[in-house]
Amino acid sequence: MTFALQASRLDPKRAKHDHVVAAGDPFIIRVDRGQSLRIVDLEGNQAVDTLFYSAVDVSERYSASDTIRHQGALYLTTGSVLRSTAGNAMLRIVADTCGRHDTLGGACSSESNTVRYGQHTKHMHACRDSFLLAVAQSGLPLDKRDLTCNINFFMNVPVTPTGQLTFADGISGGGKYVELRAEMDVWCLISNCPQLNNPCNAYNPTPIRVLVWDA
Amino acid sequence: MTDPELLFEETVPGAAMMSWSLRRHQRLRFTDVEGGANASLLLYNRDMLLERYNMADTLKAQHTAFLTRGHVLYSDMGRILCSIVEDSCGWHDTVTGVSDAASVRARYGERSYGTHRNEWYRNARDQLLVELGKWGLGVRDLVPNLNLFSKIAPDPEGRLSFVTGHSRAGNSVELRAEMNVLVVASTCPHALDPAPTWSPKPVHVAWLAGPAPGPEDVCRRSRPENERGFANTERMFLGSEP
Repeated sequence: MTFALQASRLDPKRAKHDHVVAAGDPFIIRVDRGQSLRIVDLEGNQAVDTLFYSAVDVSERYSASDTIRHQGALYLTTGSVLRSTAGNAMLRIVADTCGRHDTLGGACSSESNTVRYGQHTKHMHACRDSFLLAVAQSGLPLDKRDLTCNINFFMNVPVTPTGQLTFADGISGGGKYVELRAEMDVWCLISNCPQLNNPCNAYNPTPIRVLVWDA
Repeated sequence: MTDPELLFEETVPGAAMMSWSLRRHQRLRFTDVEGGANASLLLYNRDMLLERYNMADTLKAQHTAFLTRGHVLYSDMGRILCSIVEDSCGWHDTVTGVSDAASVRARYGERSYGTHRNEWYRNARDQLLVELGKWGLGVRDLVPNLNLFSKIAPDPEGRLSFVTGHSRAGNSVELRAEMNVLVVASTCPHALDPAPTWSPKPVHVAWLAGPAPGPEDVCRRSRPENERGFANTERMFLGSEP
């Protein structure tokens, strides 16, 4: 499988915000229309579970199914437009040195871990717990009701023509990144995935870097 | 009908909205009356509407990108809302969402209630919002849904195409509730259906009483994940059995 990769010319030294998010941590940041958001997989094969909310009305949020339907394709890469539950363009992927990102696999939770891996995983750290803590501390009018099927940047979830869904080894690597330009003012909610039970993080969750540039 | 388990039956016209409040282990059998129907469904735990169908958990627990007999429909809490206990259609979509006002206008043009009365163009997003509103739910409860009878096939690169003629007259799919479930539905045509003329299709719905799934139930036994999903769901009802 070969991917059309697209690099960015934006200079990290000129970024307005530059954060490292530790392994397993949540993160929330505002990105205004015209600004660019870059997420960097610092050490490789790190799934970054991500949701977006309209900053004007947070009940308008990222929609995996609207995004897939509008682009007529399952995977996200350069040129993909992330759509909201109202069908509006939220962000556009303008650079991608990884080549493919997932929006079918969703976020891990302690409850779904018990289904996938067994009851012994019930008390392991999980993305949706990170999401819940982040929104509870955000001061934004968000709660569990606003958590929906997300994007997994850097995660490789191939679907076969017969409809089998597989979790394949990552295609990302240290330093690979994805960059998005905001088409509306948004809140970006991230869980830097803590999953230890499958290869989405190569069984070793690692830090990511999040940068924002002004238009 | 002579089916002793039949509680109620109705034919839902095309481009209509409906909801059903199912008690645990009751079933809904949806039948494509004319062929080419689409039924967009959302599912909620009737006892705690915050718990709802989760496309991603459903797909990844069963390593599938489509739905058919033997699959179950997971909530966002590691529990099973419904099982697919019968299916003569073979593929139901859950990744491409629903039509909205813009997509209907782009494909079919304008037809308002003012000029066309009940022949106006409807869209599934608005219908689901109306039906959700009747249960105190709204736009925050709109999540990726199921599209019964619709097949949108992926190619090796992940590009999608709508399969015309996938569901034929008489095809049916049967859902069994594994908890008390609210089912909200719209029978608007699928947003990717390329048919150039507005031709919404009816769906017959049979509401059936049924026994609890046994230890060898096809959905329970289809994979270890589902056995654990059933156990999680049954734990919610411990001590409350009649």
